[in-house]
Amino acid sequence: MSIATQDDLNVPDARYVRVAPVEALPPPVAARGVVGWVRANLFSSPANIFLTLLTAALIIWIVPPVIEFVFTHAVWSGSDREACLPTADRPEVGACWAFVRDRFSYFIYGSYPIPERWRVNIFFAMLAVGIVWMLRLEAPRRDLGALYFFVIVPIVSYILLTGWEAIGLRRVDTSLWGGVLVTIVVSWVGIVFSLPIGILLALGRRSTMPAVKLLSVIFIEFVRGVPLITVLFMASVMLPLFVPDAYSPDKLLRALIGIAMFASAYMAEVVRAGLQAMPKGQYEGAMAVGLGYWQMMYLIILPQALKITIPNIVNTYIGLFKDTTLVVIVGIFDFLHTVEVSRIDPKWAAPTTSATGYVFAAIFYFIFCFSMSRYAKSVEARLGKADRR
Amino acid sequence: MKRVITTLALAAAAVFAASVASAQTLNTVKSRGMLNCGANGSLGGFGLPDAQGNWTGLDVDFCRALASAIFGDPTKVKFVALTAKDRFTALQSGDVDVLARNTTWTSSRDTSLGLNFTGVNYYDGQGFLVRKALKVNSALELSDAAVCVQQGTTTELNLSDYFRANKMKLKTVTFATADEAIKAYDSGRCDAFTTDASGLYAERLRLAKSDDHIVLPEIISKEPLGPSVRHGDDQWFDIVKWVHFAMIISEELGVTQANVDEALKSTTNPDVKRLLGTEGNYGEQLGLTKDWGYRIIKHVGNYGEIFEKNVGQGSPLKIQRGLNALWTKGGLQYAPPIR
Repeated sequence: MSIATQDDLNVPDARYVRVAPVEALPPPVAARGVVGWVRANLFSSPANIFLTLLTAALIIWIVPPVIEFVFTHAVWSGSDREACLPTADRPEVGACWAFVRDRFSYFIYGSYPIPERWRVNIFFAMLAVGIVWMLRLEAPRRDLGALYFFVIVPIVSYILLTGWEAIGLRRVDTSLWGGVLVTIVVSWVGIVFSLPIGILLALGRRSTMPAVKLLSVIFIEFVRGVPLITVLFMASVMLPLFVPDAYSPDKLLRALIGIAMFASAYMAEVVRAGLQAMPKGQYEGAMAVGLGYWQMMYLIILPQALKITIPNIVNTYIGLFKDTTLVVIVGIFDFLHTVEVSRIDPKWAAPTTSATGYVFAAIFYFIFCFSMSRYAKSVEARLGKADRR
Repeated sequence: MKRVITTLALAAAAVFAASVASAQTLNTVKSRGMLNCGANGSLGGFGLPDAQGNWTGLDVDFCRALASAIFGDPTKVKFVALTAKDRFTALQSGDVDVLARNTTWTSSRDTSLGLNFTGVNYYDGQGFLVRKALKVNSALELSDAAVCVQQGTTTELNLSDYFRANKMKLKTVTFATADEAIKAYDSGRCDAFTTDASGLYAERLRLAKSDDHIVLPEIISKEPLGPSVRHGDDQWFDIVKWVHFAMIISEELGVTQANVDEALKSTTNPDVKRLLGTEGNYGEQLGLTKDWGYRIIKHVGNYGEIFEKNVGQGSPLKIQRGLNALWTKGGLQYAPPIR
């Protein structure tokens, strides 16, 4: 049967039968577009209105001076402090970028001898290749990448950076290393060593073997119980008292060992938190299918435990990256310290030199820490897919 | 905790110092092929790496002179940057062979800390920085002036002592760091800023208009800065002491880096001959080579040269010689003769 039309039924025109749905009206002006978004997000309640106005005031108060300092009033070129001094026709001087340009290679290499700096560049390139290889999931042969990153790069870069007379590489004492080079080396060693050692310590602490458990607990609690500064100070000042001059390890190496130990102890506790969050059933299930201890850990427990601890692991890494600045107390010129000594240089002494140096350092640390946290976020999102189903 | 560790370290250091020091420092340095010099890594004019990463400064040049005297090569120095806290421990533990880190010579450091100061390579002392517009020509006119000073330092104590002794009214404005204090002075919160005179010249450069400020002539405290070595090795003590004297003597005799070669060939002055090693065996008496004095001047220069280059007219600091002029020119720099 077909649907009757108005003509068939012969009803007066006044009758109204709707045959098509009414076209939806757009929401009122006050609730859509920019205005709607602003009302919903910025001015939805008195408290929100207050916060919005406060934030706006802060932005107006802070942002223009910052832009003025960093860009419009900045000095981009020059050869010494004269360039960055206020003059009669330029009373307001912003950032002294000329100073950063002059000191840039010092910030990167420290006192590393200039003719040998290509070696540091190769080290940076090798490390960058390794990091991209390891971190990009679609990269080919990531098993080779791991071998490259954890075995080849450390050996080659050790030879490259410290030198080997036999193959014609001049020896470069680590006391000459500095700047970004030291910051990268120290944090890289900390990051690479702390995770495996930390996992072993965490497993040791949860072990039922009393000796292993006791040793792990002592190590973790002892190292965690003293400030990093003390660890570094002891490694650099106390050690030479007890060890003859010839056997006393290099100053940078002492700091590296101290930092790796320190980071491992913290990492152990992070990993232990993940292990404890695993339901008992996971352990029992693994044992029920006949897996041994290491198989159980490697195949069942650790993949899950590490997944839930990623935010904490990255947190530890970011903390470690910034803690590397503490090596300055044992006289190692890390990046921040190269900025610090440069701003003191009378050659560049001007009212804004210090601020410029610190702005530059802040940008450097922000780039590194922010990219670490973004990468961690993407890893979390990828691994967390299963939980969101 | 940190303090406990530091104390322990110092106690342990004192015990071990004897055994470390009795080792012949000169032989250790020679067999190592490198002088370990404890320096300040962050004080302009005294110890600071430049844009190429080379260490520069008055104390740094002293270590280079010492290395030149021993090896004939000013590059055979490893500079160890030390903080004010760990400098003595580093010397006592043998981490460094000599400490040239703008260290004030005091009785307790010379005795109970087990240090031997080898001389004074910079006579420093606390001074005042004021605005020219204040029209003050002497620190004695600073009564009632607000003075910016760093908190908890001997500087602060010296300041109140000086004002009390001269019956002047003191208004201090204290800050946790020197950076904050100089900022406050620059923004006009105080009429004067006080710290060691060498620091005043460096801080002055950071001011918005450095030419509007002057350093007053009064020096209200004694801060003789000099290199030091460990107790227990007299030969090494002598070497470090005489390297400093040789640089002063060569300034006195007018021997400079530029004319030393000529002086070596043609001089008839017996003092110059003894300094450069063409007469007598004074270098060998020290355990060095005959030409030790020549090496120092050839590679580094005389005292006046390194002063002017690092902190004087050849540097941005432009510090006057003042007390650091030779004794013949109204200063205090004086050296016993080589003979």
